[in-house]
Amino acid sequence: MQLYLPIAEVSINAFLLLGLGGLVGLLSGMFGVGGGFLITPLLFFVGIPPAVAVATSTNQIVASSFSALLSHLRRRTVDLVMGTVLLSGGLVGSGLGMILFNWLKAQGQVDLLVKLSYVVFLGTVGAMMLVESLNALIRSRRPGARPKRRRHNWVHALPGKIKFRVSGLYISVFPPFLVGMSVGVLSAIMGVGGGFIMVPAMIYLLGMPTKVVIGTSLFQIIFVTGFTTMLHAVTNQTVDIVLALLLILGGVVGAQLGARIGARMKAEQLRILLALLVLGVCAQIALDLLLRPDELYEIEPVAA
Amino acid sequence: MIRLALLLLALAGAARAEEIVLGLSQDEVAITATFDGSEILVFGAVKRVAPPPDGPPLEVIVTVSGPLNPATVRRKERRAGIWVNTDAIEVDAAPSFYAVASTGPLDEILSATEDLRHAVSIPRAIRAVGNRIEGSAEFVAALIRIREEMGLYERLDGAVDLEQQTLFRTSVALPANLVEGNYETRIFLTRGGAVIDRYETVIGVQKVGIERWLYNLAQERAALYGLLSLLLAMAAGWAASAAFSGMRR
Repeated sequence: MQLYLPIAEVSINAFLLLGLGGLVGLLSGMFGVGGGFLITPLLFFVGIPPAVAVATSTNQIVASSFSALLSHLRRRTVDLVMGTVLLSGGLVGSGLGMILFNWLKAQGQVDLLVKLSYVVFLGTVGAMMLVESLNALIRSRRPGARPKRRRHNWVHALPGKIKFRVSGLYISVFPPFLVGMSVGVLSAIMGVGGGFIMVPAMIYLLGMPTKVVIGTSLFQIIFVTGFTTMLHAVTNQTVDIVLALLLILGGVVGAQLGARIGARMKAEQLRILLALLVLGVCAQIALDLLLRPDELYEIEPVAA
Repeated sequence: MIRLALLLLALAGAARAEEIVLGLSQDEVAITATFDGSEILVFGAVKRVAPPPDGPPLEVIVTVSGPLNPATVRRKERRAGIWVNTDAIEVDAAPSFYAVASTGPLDEILSATEDLRHAVSIPRAIRAVGNRIEGSAEFVAALIRIREEMGLYERLDGAVDLEQQTLFRTSVALPANLVEGNYETRIFLTRGGAVIDRYETVIGVQKVGIERWLYNLAQERAALYGLLSLLLAMAAGWAASAAFSGMRR
């Protein structure tokens, strides 16, 4: 069934959009990533203008993240205290990131920088996660292996300690605030919610349990993407509510299924799958940069 | 002065031996939610005061042009192993859609000078007066090539039927990915490469119903529209979560 989208001004198959939304929602529910790094390129691919794709996918992420968050809240796997600290860091970070983004834009080549930062961050994060979770899987298979001792490092020596009860942590507020802030900077530049950086940062830098990490990341993502949706709607008028509705309908169902699947899987398996996914997207973007494109020219409409 | 102009105009009118009388199957296209393209039938007749003159046969050219929008055309080059955007040109007014249908091969029935004067063929229409393009022809060629591949620019040689040198008809398919605006439609009569009459009309393309309402809301009450989008997202998220947890019990 073809549907004409009022803001995107293209006619597109409604079931295709439902499917795309469902796929990304599934991943969102399983891994706690918003899926912005997946849905936006997919929308470009089916012919949605880039500006509309970027703005509308943030709105879709709000829906799927909210849906998944509710199931996590019911299972009490959300650390609201940690989420609030990360979020406040994140808002400061996205403010800084916006300034940096505009400066880069003035220098030209912002597209290239966005792509390069995707490759660098997705590559590093994905490779690290894959190696670590494979090791963890092998260790858990070996019978009689000693449980890993919790390491104490410089993070635990900082002042301003708070009890994060759900995460079972008693650490300073500064590391999570800084993590939130750097993710905020990156997400403003790369135009994504930042879940794929946030999740590994919480696991490896803050030492939070994987099950809590996902719900907490979702909590943080809702606010960041909600804020971005409003910004796009007010400044560029590029949020397509019909497109969003179709992606959302697919997405919320996918997110519910994803959260169920995620709850039944081992933490190591989840991390391996997420690592592979992140590396896959990274490879795709890297190939785009390295291979000779079929068409050397591209047309970009200029807003009047 | 005005009287002189009117007189000249009347003389010019009288001098035209062959004139276009035109009909359109529709002069408005409504974009509804299920819009997936539209076929417009352009038909007409040639009015004469005398029998058709001898010599080269009469030919008909029909053009339909979408609204003009500025665009940037960028070129990629390989720098340090990576493909990056290097050069770019600005096109002030590129038609979002352009179709030119004719009774025969365009370059045979229309001379180069007439094409230049009336901006009929695709390259000429893009380079028409009022459209400032800086930079080399390669960029313009790329613009045309890409939009032809997307089905937005079409050259339909032989798509106009002409009967008895008098009745002509053609149909122009407007694609599903249509931009709102006025679609300028022109009809040219040519003999031996020279234009002997031209006629212009406009096909209005507009969103209607819910499409219109949402578009206006997004433009005029942007904050409200944004909040509505967020509310919709939260409600859908909650509904799905509630439905699924209900199903499990």
